[in-house]
Amino acid sequence: MAAADKQPVTITSAGPLNGVASGLLTWVDQRFPLMSMWRDHLSEYYAPKNFNFWYFFGALSLFVLVLQITTGIFLTMNYKPDATQAFASVEYIMRDVWGGWFIRYMHSTGASAFFICVYLHMFRGLMYGSYRKPRELIWIFGMLIYLCLMAEAFFGYLLPWGQMSYWGAQVIVNLFGSVPFIGEDLSVWIRGDYVVSDATLNRFFAFHVIAVPLVLLGLVAAHILALHEVGSNNPDGVEIKAHKDAAGHPLDGIPFHPYYTVKDLMGVSVFLIVFSIIMFFMPEGGGYFLEYNNFIPADPLKTPPHIAPVWYFTPFYSILRAVPPMFNSQFPGVIAMGVSTLIFFLLPWLDRSPVRSIRYKGPLFRAALTTFVIVFLILGYLGTEPTNVWGQFGAWLGNADRATVVARIGTAIYFLFFLLMPWYSKIDKCKPEPGRVTW
Amino acid sequence: MSDQEVDKGKRGFLIGATGVVGGIAAAATAVPFAGSMLPSERAKAAGAPVEADISQLAPGEMQIVEWRGKPVWIVNRTKEMLEGIKKSDGQVSDPKSEVPLQPEYAKNEYRSIRPEIAVIEGVCSHLGCSPQFKSVEAKGEMGAEWNGGFFCPCHGSKFDFAGRVFSGSPAPVNLKVPPYKFVGDNKVVIGDDSKGA
Amino acid sequence: MVSPSVKRFMRGLALAALLIPAAVQANEGMRLQSAPINSHDVASLQNGAKLFVNYCLNCHSAGYMRYNRLQDLGLTEQQIRDNLIFTGVKVGELMKVAMDKKDAKDWFGAPPPDLTVITRSRSSGAGSGADWVYNYLRGFYRDSSRPTGWNNLVFENVGMPHVLWQLSGQNTLEKKEFGRHEEAEAAFIASKTLSRLEKVNADGGDGKTSTRYVLSSIVPGRGTLSSVEYDKAVVDLVNYLDYMGEPARLQRRQIGIYALLALGLLFIFAFALKKAYWKDVH
Repeated sequence: MAAADKQPVTITSAGPLNGVASGLLTWVDQRFPLMSMWRDHLSEYYAPKNFNFWYFFGALSLFVLVLQITTGIFLTMNYKPDATQAFASVEYIMRDVWGGWFIRYMHSTGASAFFICVYLHMFRGLMYGSYRKPRELIWIFGMLIYLCLMAEAFFGYLLPWGQMSYWGAQVIVNLFGSVPFIGEDLSVWIRGDYVVSDATLNRFFAFHVIAVPLVLLGLVAAHILALHEVGSNNPDGVEIKAHKDAAGHPLDGIPFHPYYTVKDLMGVSVFLIVFSIIMFFMPEGGGYFLEYNNFIPADPLKTPPHIAPVWYFTPFYSILRAVPPMFNSQFPGVIAMGVSTLIFFLLPWLDRSPVRSIRYKGPLFRAALTTFVIVFLILGYLGTEPTNVWGQFGAWLGNADRATVVARIGTAIYFLFFLLMPWYSKIDKCKPEPGRVTW
Repeated sequence: MSDQEVDKGKRGFLIGATGVVGGIAAAATAVPFAGSMLPSERAKAAGAPVEADISQLAPGEMQIVEWRGKPVWIVNRTKEMLEGIKKSDGQVSDPKSEVPLQPEYAKNEYRSIRPEIAVIEGVCSHLGCSPQFKSVEAKGEMGAEWNGGFFCPCHGSKFDFAGRVFSGSPAPVNLKVPPYKFVGDNKVVIGDDSKGA
Repeated sequence: MVSPSVKRFMRGLALAALLIPAAVQANEGMRLQSAPINSHDVASLQNGAKLFVNYCLNCHSAGYMRYNRLQDLGLTEQQIRDNLIFTGVKVGELMKVAMDKKDAKDWFGAPPPDLTVITRSRSSGAGSGADWVYNYLRGFYRDSSRPTGWNNLVFENVGMPHVLWQLSGQNTLEKKEFGRHEEAEAAFIASKTLSRLEKVNADGGDGKTSTRYVLSSIVPGRGTLSSVEYDKAVVDLVNYLDYMGEPARLQRRQIGIYALLALGLLFIFAFALKKAYWKDVH
């Protein structure tokens, strides 16, 4: 549509400023696809009307992204990315900068909140088959966002330069050292030094503050564009575009604006209440959101007795630890950990069920998903503790750590969930999908 | 969408009410962010008042003290220097210190609390260089009309011993007098003119 | 409106959650007594600040804390200057210490850590950081085998001497052995001073190992303060350290209440707004 052919924008809600607002918007709309974007993505983007609780978390993740960027900008105004000043600069923000503690706690709570929202958002995808055709690319963009988020969190965690920051980074970078042949050189290149040091801190700062956020923003835009191209899935897994009215709108669809803008606003207010309870009353999160050991400045000469990654990495850390060294190398464990994350990419092609949503899948898939979740949580818990947390079995099992045995069984179940899926999803006794959505 | 009549009034009210409450919440949240840009405790501590001991400052001599990153001159002005200020009345642009560059208690003939002690910020009001002390003896380089004061080497601005700018100087206004007070006979506190301890 | 699949999932989740508490093991041996600190007790905080500056600030720095922040405790700048600054620095300065890190390492084996956030760093499953320091400062006892002449029940072979010895007196350690766990446990609970219960696998002379329970307890010495007064002094000092770890804590909670009230109000309107729009969706 040529700019000159566009209809003037009419507004009736601006009251006495109607004329001015309409005029301004028309001027912009003739030079920028403002109104068509508004229509395509908000006022005439038809989403299924039966979105439930699980559908809040995409919008909430976007909201947390905005929070993290905003608080991040203001933290960067006072933070010093220098090994001799970093820890002190964080305490400076907490004490000497007016409102500094507020910004810091919002950022630290936001980091954990981001992962909670993203995990629940992904779980929604697992439950309702949101990764199935034609939404594979949305899922792929989403998985790339997840990988970037993990990188962002990893780089960010070094910045406070506490004991956990330092030693966590040391351990993870050393994982790259286990890559055969090139490992050692690779680690030195990543660190910019022979050990984690000021050079590492500075480059992680650059990655955390600008490089990864830019990539994240691009991926989020791609994720939403891909979604809007195909239309949203829903808890029943049926395509609402299959039944349209005379105007071409899905019978079971409602325009995103105002229905979901208003519903998401309500969702955000509930989220903020929970977020504020944590941020104002328990920002340390029982030692999981702000780890106690990180209140000790990094000491390259003193390893803490117990290093664990932050809670959102622990399931994968468990898998890493569960795999024993092979051929004098920890590399197989690293591979297992990598594959455990990357295997999610394959879901659209592993799931061979004739139905999308768990509501209509049979008992096999339901049992598999439930077991997967339980295993994920157990592995997550085990990753926060040392391997001797549950004591040892007797000599009959070689005095093995109970936790290690459980982690190994859990790792096996974790991978089987994916590897056996083409089989159990196919033979599963599914229920007939409805033609129209249900609540 | 159903075609039940939409209660526009109720919706309008709720949009407005939610908007107002949301707006207040957003504004309240913006407060710590904007406030974090104010000078921090570190900046305030670095900018804290400075004490100077003038017990060893002989008449005719000058002491320089750093306050908020700027040099502050403390001059023990002799009777001749004070007379030189009077003589410069006709040569300076703002003899009565009309431009508010000094605290109220320094808006007088000698631009100071005590006539014999000058406290002046040593930053040229032109472009910020620090002028040099030039006594009345420097008539040779400063010209026959010179009654003593300060000379800025950067662009040639001249000031008298009260910090008043000479007409014809590139500098537009007098030198700044900072807030200060005396504590006893021998101490000057620069940056603080509050009463009481 | 919860679908059966979600209900099934929630049940599974609850089952998983049950497994976790059983797995958490408390630290064997050192159980921390809870520090009876009251963050609103200004007198206690002021006394704690005084003790801190007098006894701790010679070796330990509090390099992220400014002296003038102590105005939080109801003190004026002049009071802080007169009573709490011994180094002549300005009241806006940080509480740093002159001891050289290298010297400190030579003298004590390890440089005395900065104490600004020490209580935040010492939290664990066994108790809060304040609890740890409370027990630590009451856990010193005479031990001539140590270079400082002191050891500590909470932090074995610590390099720090018992700085508060004049107040507490020369505390010593008493050990009692028990054969049965119930006896040992009862004695532990009944113990009036700081104690530690350890399980020891002793080698019986006949090649059999037997399990003994060793209860180590502090025996208070005679100092300028009675043990009750010393305890109170430690409470004040720990209260101060806990405050210093996060001076904005009380303000944070207060603002939190306002934030929750505002958000609650926002939720009420947002919910009503949602309902108003959604009533025409069927």
